[in-house]
Amino acid sequence: MSVHQRILLANIGTPGSHTLAAYEKAGGYRAARKALEMDPGAVVDEVKRSGLRGRGGAGFPTGTKWGFIPKDNPRPKYLVQNADESEPGTFKDRLLLEQDPHLVIDGMICAAVAIGCHTMFTYIRGEYAYATERYLAADAEAYAAGYLGKGIFGSGYDLEHVIHIGAGAYICGEETGLLESLEGKKGFPRIKPPFPAVVGLFASPTVINNTETLAAVPWVLLNGGDAYKAIGTERSPGTKLFSVSGPVRKPGVYEVNLGYPMRQFLVEECGGMLDGFELKGVIPGGSSVPIMTPAEVDRANLDYESIRDNGSLLGSGGFIVCADNMSAPEMLLNLMRFYAHESCGQCTPCREGCGWLEDVAGRVLAGTGDPDDLDLVRRLSDNMMAKTICALADGAAMPALALITKYRAEFEALLPRERHVPRVERGRGLHGLLRVEPRPAAASAGGAA
Amino acid sequence: MEFTPENKRTFDELAARYPDRRAAMLPALWLVQRQEGYVSAEAMEYVAGLLGVAPGEVQAVVSFYTMFDRRPPGRYKLQVCRTLSCALMGAYDMIAHLERRLGIHAGQTTADGMFTLQEVECLGSCGTAPMMQVNEKFVENLTPRRLDALLDRLAGERPELDRLPEIHPLAGAQAAIPREVRSARVGELAPPGSPTVDGDGKARGA
Ligand SMILES: Cc1cc2nc3c(=O)[nH]c(=O)nc-3n(C[C@H](O)[C@H](O)[C@H](O)COP(=O)(O)O)c2cc1C
Ligand code: SF4
Ligand code: FES
Repeated sequence: MSVHQRILLANIGTPGSHTLAAYEKAGGYRAARKALEMDPGAVVDEVKRSGLRGRGGAGFPTGTKWGFIPKDNPRPKYLVQNADESEPGTFKDRLLLEQDPHLVIDGMICAAVAIGCHTMFTYIRGEYAYATERYLAADAEAYAAGYLGKGIFGSGYDLEHVIHIGAGAYICGEETGLLESLEGKKGFPRIKPPFPAVVGLFASPTVINNTETLAAVPWVLLNGGDAYKAIGTERSPGTKLFSVSGPVRKPGVYEVNLGYPMRQFLVEECGGMLDGFELKGVIPGGSSVPIMTPAEVDRANLDYESIRDNGSLLGSGGFIVCADNMSAPEMLLNLMRFYAHESCGQCTPCREGCGWLEDVAGRVLAGTGDPDDLDLVRRLSDNMMAKTICALADGAAMPALALITKYRAEFEALLPRERHVPRVERGRGLHGLLRVEPRPAAASAGGAA
Repeated sequence: MEFTPENKRTFDELAARYPDRRAAMLPALWLVQRQEGYVSAEAMEYVAGLLGVAPGEVQAVVSFYTMFDRRPPGRYKLQVCRTLSCALMGAYDMIAHLERRLGIHAGQTTADGMFTLQEVECLGSCGTAPMMQVNEKFVENLTPRRLDALLDRLAGERPELDRLPEIHPLAGAQAAIPREVRSARVGELAPPGSPTVDGDGKARGA
């Protein structure tokens, strides 16, 4: 779509876009060279000026994050690329890793130089075998060309790159869970503070950035922060990838100028709904954000502020289009089962809350719920938000609340007017409602081990 | 159990890249799984020895992550995504179809050791839902017909194909299953923005 600037997907679609030759032909690695010639502080300033915000979900300003790295700390500084991408509905980083891995490495070099890092890490989720294959090949090419390793680009700057492969755990996408995992432990998120900028990987100052965030950096350095800031909206500058799934005509990954009208995106870029499907709502930022009703979709633009003002969050850009073929209680059960499975179990409100939400969703669907089950969901969710070590609990509670509030009638239709006797015990009687398997040992390891 | 000399060399190279030896935990376990097909209790002790940590710590790590098999899986591990985007596009029907066709429930392995069926969470391929991972390959835009064709092909396979699910790509993993199985990926066959809906099947769902 010509209205959108191509910053992240500029090379994708050209033959061999994943190779060094193609990347350099398109002007690749000029940003890394430029960063090496600049004062590190000036690199940070340029990114600050661009207004680039983290694309992993939280939207934190990237330049500001880099600026937190203490200069007087004698320990090594680390940069970690978060390519764990496991937020349901999100598959944009995979596209970058598979189709334009050198762009990501280019961005990493810029970031490393900016913070004075000499060993950088990429943490890729274990299921991404093909992306890893491509990314490893690109890494090997960059080493062979002298763009990584000792004295990169003929400068005096040494930069090693270690690619670390995850092993299946959603929680390792949370930045401190990721650090623990990289250190060879269970991916238990850490209590903050201290923040990773001060005590991160191997107890050293660490910047963790999402793949897409890093991929935007070369353009910013080459074109200037002001040029980036001129795209999008005042508070949500630049472009963002949205990975579209669900029953629409053209699912896939799209680069969008932030601020673009959501309904227009759904109709024009995504091609509208598949025949026979009625739009029920959109989960715009991965499964951990609240669902938006069609009315909210009509009002919202694709930027952080507008989506927040219309009942959700931009999150990772995992744009899940939901249709009437799945009821809200079914969606609740599907999602809460995910969070119950993925909760690391450290915090009681999260461990118990996710399990309860799954169970309540199940019994409502089975027609064995209690009249007050929606209040129970509300109480459970309230008890999970802002009370835990990491944001997984909020990411389960927010969508649960949104579903029972915005689609209340669908739940009420299933609830009895009077209390059932006997009441279904927690953890029993739910399996077999959707398609709940006897949990296989190998696949249920995400919880308390 | 111990590493082959080649894997031991790979392990040593990897371990040297981290400031702390313990960080070589996941790489070591991946190497074990690639070499042995699964991670046994004995292998965990071996890895503990290599890293200088207690065996219990390796055990705790292995059971925390979903991708390590503590028992040998079937030759083909069929991991069907069941999370929301796939569910919206008919994942439950695909699982039911596989269960019927293989005569097992999710979580089980067929008696001939050919197929292990599992339900897994979002694999990052939601735009081509419903989908599954077969060993390390993504198979997307599933329909019952495509599933049948795939199973026929895999069941007819001669066992000379590496028995192991080669997931770990450290040494440049090769496909453990036939190349054709690697199907359209977002971006590979279809540039972003173009339709990736299955050509033969209409959207499934209701
Ligand atoms: C439960 C949970 C899962 C997360 N998963 C991911 C992920 O898969 N990829 C990612 O980049 N960020 C993920 N995040 C966000 C990271 O914690 C972190 O904010 C991000 O990687 C920072 O990079 P950015 O500033 O470039 O966005 C997750 C957060 C939470 C709470
Ligand atoms: S909120 Fe949940 S996932 Fe996060 S640390 Fe606590 S228990 Fe673990
Ligand atoms: S929901 Fe199935 S791949 Fe993402």
